[in-house]
Amino acid sequence: MLCDVCKCNDATVFLTQIIEGKMQKVNLCDACSKEKGVQDPTGFALADLLLGIGAAEEIEKGGPSQHCAVCGFTQADFKKTGRLGCSTCYATFTDALTALLKAMHKGTTHVGKVPERAHRAGQLSDRMRDLNESLQKAVAEENYETAASLRDQIKQLESELAG
Amino acid sequence: MKFSNVMTNAGEWLRGEGPHHQIVISSRVRLARNLKNRAFPGWAKKAERTAILELVKPRVEKLPEMQDSFSELLQDLSALDKQVLVERHLISREHAAKGAGSAVIMNRRQTLSIMINEEDHLRMQSMRSGLQLKQAFKLLDKIDTALESELEFAYDHKLGYLTACPTNVGTGMRASAMLHLPGLVLSELISQVVQAVSKIGLAVRGLYGEGTEAMGNLFQISNQTTLGEKEDEIIARLTKVIETIIDKEHDARQVLIQKKSNALSDQIGRAYGVLTYAHAMSSKEALNLLSIIKLGVDLGAFPEDKRLAVDELFIDTQPAHLQRSSQQKLNAEERDHLRAQIIRTRLKVLPKPDISKLAREAGNGSSPASTEQ
Repeated sequence: MLCDVCKCNDATVFLTQIIEGKMQKVNLCDACSKEKGVQDPTGFALADLLLGIGAAEEIEKGGPSQHCAVCGFTQADFKKTGRLGCSTCYATFTDALTALLKAMHKGTTHVGKVPERAHRAGQLSDRMRDLNESLQKAVAEENYETAASLRDQIKQLESELAG
Repeated sequence: MKFSNVMTNAGEWLRGEGPHHQIVISSRVRLARNLKNRAFPGWAKKAERTAILELVKPRVEKLPEMQDSFSELLQDLSALDKQVLVERHLISREHAAKGAGSAVIMNRRQTLSIMINEEDHLRMQSMRSGLQLKQAFKLLDKIDTALESELEFAYDHKLGYLTACPTNVGTGMRASAMLHLPGLVLSELISQVVQAVSKIGLAVRGLYGEGTEAMGNLFQISNQTTLGEKEDEIIARLTKVIETIIDKEHDARQVLIQKKSNALSDQIGRAYGVLTYAHAMSSKEALNLLSIIKLGVDLGAFPEDKRLAVDELFIDTQPAHLQRSSQQKLNAEERDHLRAQIIRTRLKVLPKPDISKLAREAGNGSSPASTEQ
């Protein structure tokens, strides 16, 4: 079998992946696999192959100038590697990612394990939201005594969140 | 623990006897985790990777589960040693390509291995013999909880655990089982099973994971998606599918015995003949023939007490294991020669296949009991 890239050498690296019934196959010779930055097929990281056909196009939709403010990762890097630079990239490239994740996964929202830290932070921010709602209601009802007490509670919670 | 101990100690999941161990070689679960506000290993500069390694490694080493562990920087391992770890599935092939800034820590029983700075900052995996995905996950979950009390992991309330590759985001969990399915392959039903499995969001791969071909009738089945489903739901779904495949494999074996016993006896006889007389053998040929011998043990054509000798050859005939045991670097031709020699020597304990036993095995299935006693 010949290499899909150079079409002249025998392919020695065979990549096959079946996702949702769709089979993707790429056959490469030793030289081309190295040239593509693949010393090892698991590291073979073209976005299309890794994330599914059409992924590279999807990534481009966000516009070419996007880059992550935290780690400097660019959209071209994402397209080239199929991987992200840091956790903040998920927020940076959210437009491209939303469609990708939807096509790739069972759902779009995490329902599994929550780290204890995030769990606590989540509880605090839920409480903050409730307090703010109550405060607005109290002000609207001109119930200033309650509003003052709520404001104190919010202040205390804010300091907890900051700490 | 020294590397030589890793070599001599085969690892519990390789020789253990978990549930359905005849068909399910092993169960593995891995979790991907990253530190908050740090570049992922593939993007981080060397200094940052090293800083992350120094932060994470001591915390992993002091886990109670990692007492008497083997902990090594990837740069201190030879290419051959790394390959041995890959052949035992203790590190990934991607990790084996890493050098400075990466490390691996594993427990003595080789049931737990933690890679630092692979594709993600932490790749933790737990391995068990047979079908025990739930138990494997339980241990990892405990370790993850212990580590998160000291390390802040990158987590988003909507997307879950954030990983370098979007295919792992959410739970960061990949659960997989290695299945030995010679019955489905010989009866040409395997492609049907692979298609059906891939349609329900599970992936089927060859022996060494992504991008590898199926050798020795060994198939890895794992969850494809990580977002939108709870960990225990993923594991329950995967376990159920694997149990169905186990049933199908048993059925296929019964049909082979009852309807194609000549062809089956021929396969077993030929595998025995080639393995015990050949003087040159590639690792692919060895795996394919050993798979048929293993099937022969399952079906009673070879004595049950020879199972371990056969199972051990699956791993000991792999290229790096072969070279490490011979203490020298060998070219492909020398390896094939040595491989054949080791197989001939080890299989001396294996008597000729007793084909008449196959019929008796047929009686153990759903059909009426065999008249032969």
